Amino acid sequence: MVKTLDDLTPGETGIVKTHRVKGTLGKHLREMGLINGIPIKLERKAPLGYPIEIRIQGFSLALRKEEAQAIELE
Amino acid sequence: MEKLKFLLAGNPNVGKSTVFNQLTGMKQHVGNWPGKTVELKSGSFTFEDYEVEVIDLPGNYSLTPYSVEEQVSRDAIIHEDNDAVINVIDAENIQRNLYLTLQIMETGANTVLALNMLNYAEEAGFKIDVKKLEKTLGIPVIVVDAREGTGLDELIKTSIKAAKNPTDNSGKLTYGFELDDHMNQVKRLFPNLKIGTAPDSWVAVKLLEGDDEVLDLAENSPDKENLRKVTQMRKHLEGIFNDNVDNAFIDARYGEIETIMKECVQRPSGHKESITDKIDRIVTNKYLGLPIFFIVIFLIFQITYTIGGPLQDLIDEGWGILSAWLLEMLGEGLVSSLLVDGVIGGVGSVLTFVPIIFILFFLLSLVEDIGYLARAAFVIDRVMYKLMGLSGKAFIPMILGFGCGVTGIMATRTLSNESDRISTMLAVPFISCSARVPIYALFTAAFFTDPLTQTEVTFGLYILGMIIAVIVAKVLKSSVFADESTPFIMELPPYRIPTLKSAVLHMWERGFLFIKKAGTIILGTCVLVWILANLPPGVEYGSINSIIGMFGNLIAPIFAPLGFGFWQAAVALVFGLMAKEIVVSTFGTLFSLEADDEEGISGVLSDMFTPLSAISFMVFTLLYPACFAALAAIKEESNSWKWMFVSVGVCLAIAYVLALLVYQGGLFLGFT
Repeated sequence: MVKTLDDLTPGETGIVKTHRVKGTLGKHLREMGLINGIPIKLERKAPLGYPIEIRIQGFSLALRKEEAQAIELE
Repeated sequence: MEKLKFLLAGNPNVGKSTVFNQLTGMKQHVGNWPGKTVELKSGSFTFEDYEVEVIDLPGNYSLTPYSVEEQVSRDAIIHEDNDAVINVIDAENIQRNLYLTLQIMETGANTVLALNMLNYAEEAGFKIDVKKLEKTLGIPVIVVDAREGTGLDELIKTSIKAAKNPTDNSGKLTYGFELDDHMNQVKRLFPNLKIGTAPDSWVAVKLLEGDDEVLDLAENSPDKENLRKVTQMRKHLEGIFNDNVDNAFIDARYGEIETIMKECVQRPSGHKESITDKIDRIVTNKYLGLPIFFIVIFLIFQITYTIGGPLQDLIDEGWGILSAWLLEMLGEGLVSSLLVDGVIGGVGSVLTFVPIIFILFFLLSLVEDIGYLARAAFVIDRVMYKLMGLSGKAFIPMILGFGCGVTGIMATRTLSNESDRISTMLAVPFISCSARVPIYALFTAAFFTDPLTQTEVTFGLYILGMIIAVIVAKVLKSSVFADESTPFIMELPPYRIPTLKSAVLHMWERGFLFIKKAGTIILGTCVLVWILANLPPGVEYGSINSIIGMFGNLIAPIFAPLGFGFWQAAVALVFGLMAKEIVVSTFGTLFSLEADDEEGISGVLSDMFTPLSAISFMVFTLLYPACFAALAAIKEESNSWKWMFVSVGVCLAIAYVLALLVYQGGLFLGFT
């Protein structure tokens, strides 16, 4: 089983191994600094479970379930 | 006076708009980029002997044209004449912000860096060596505090100095041996390919990245044969990096940023819990998040209508007094009729919404500037996404539609991508706005004696409107905009204390736009309707002998299957386009009753309608095209007549089909 961002619990940090977020969103995220090898922290989940709030490169970003499952961790 | 033109670029939430507002104050012009739905803000100010024009580019994380926003910025930087590009960056997020900086420098732009929010960064534990940063990047770096307005004089002085002596800083950038080497080869392959003011190196990067626009231009250049070689190179590089070339460039830029960071920035050792974290723990809490969200939305509504409502009534009364006075002064005649029925009747009723729009956008701007809007979207996103395929941010325009569709449509500007904006805009008119209430009230009172039934019918209409809005948005998102990959990029910026100036400017900007619309497009259509209601000369206003009456009579048979195939209903519907509540008063006028004689109108109505056809008529008025003001707002916000006409078409079709279903279905089930 590959560990993904979706498997983290709030407050936990992982290291990005690779991400296969499709299309322009994937590129966008990479350009925003979601590159391989950086630490990524799951800050919290929205009241309805998704989206989730992550912290990379010192800023917070919201991601939906599909994206969270497409980001693989080491 | 010498003229200069500066472009203002930067990531979202870095204080770029604050810099813009501080520089230009009230001397702003808000429009759209030609042919785009993207907002174009420009402004001007004088500084020493210079007349400076500033263009506020959309907030972008990168210049790669994923959406119209980035395309607009990139085109402006490369193709639009400019004397300098001022790049505002957030010191606390310097790493990510520098990515855009590097991309701007790549275009050869004459770049000046404005380092904003340094105090927040220092509080968080950052130490930034500004002199060293300046030297490493090779461009001027000015520390500014956009909120306080400090450092801005210095920023402009430096930018003017830079404008006098423009530099192309793209040569200093490096992407590592492999990429640099191939870039040089590509440069030699396309010596004649010039794109705007961009240097050869930029063209080479874009060719290697496989940028569509640049590839197209290369395809039409004399060296197009060489494109094959570029493709081979790309393949070769992909082998080396084991990744796409554009990804390799992204990594290379971040590699370069890492080098810059190591030299100039000392990062805090860990992430301290900030005030933002503390607030977020409550505001997005599993149990408190949604209640807080609904309370905030409710408060926005409540404040808007408790303050705006009485003002609206006041303006309405003012128009009444003015109409009476005009009638007395001018006597009953064509001129007074034009002013009273045409201008005041149409534009006047639209203008009563001005206070509401001012207050609403003031509050929304505050909520956005504080940072709560992003949290609101975060909390409700799942519902909106599952239900309509829209982002959480679309919730606010939708909910505003219950008050007035125009405000809802205008609020779509907060949505970050075009397909969400258009889908929301086309869905909002189906929500029952407050102008429909008088119609429901009159008809339910006339046809259903039981108050419970009255409530049920009204409630049913509200629900029907909501269901249709959801379906329309969902269908648009999964058909027309299905290919359009709409990235859901939602940053949750730190909470900030909002500035009054920014909220007031925003309020003024939106409010003024609305007044302008009322004075032009809405005035025009209202006068046109009035003329048609008074021609040929000598007919009674709106009677069957007027053009509008004849038109109503002509189209009335179309409505026969819906249960209201008489000309008065058709005419009322045409007048209702000016503002929906006019439907009610039109029935009064057509039967020579006082417009506010509700009992008289009810009596007339029960002669013409059956309970079933009354419901069918209400369904039709709920769903048929929004009023002129809303249509004008769609035209304005989408910057195209196309979407306005699409809205008209969709509304007409849905209204007709549903009213038909209600009436014929009702008849079939034995109702009358």
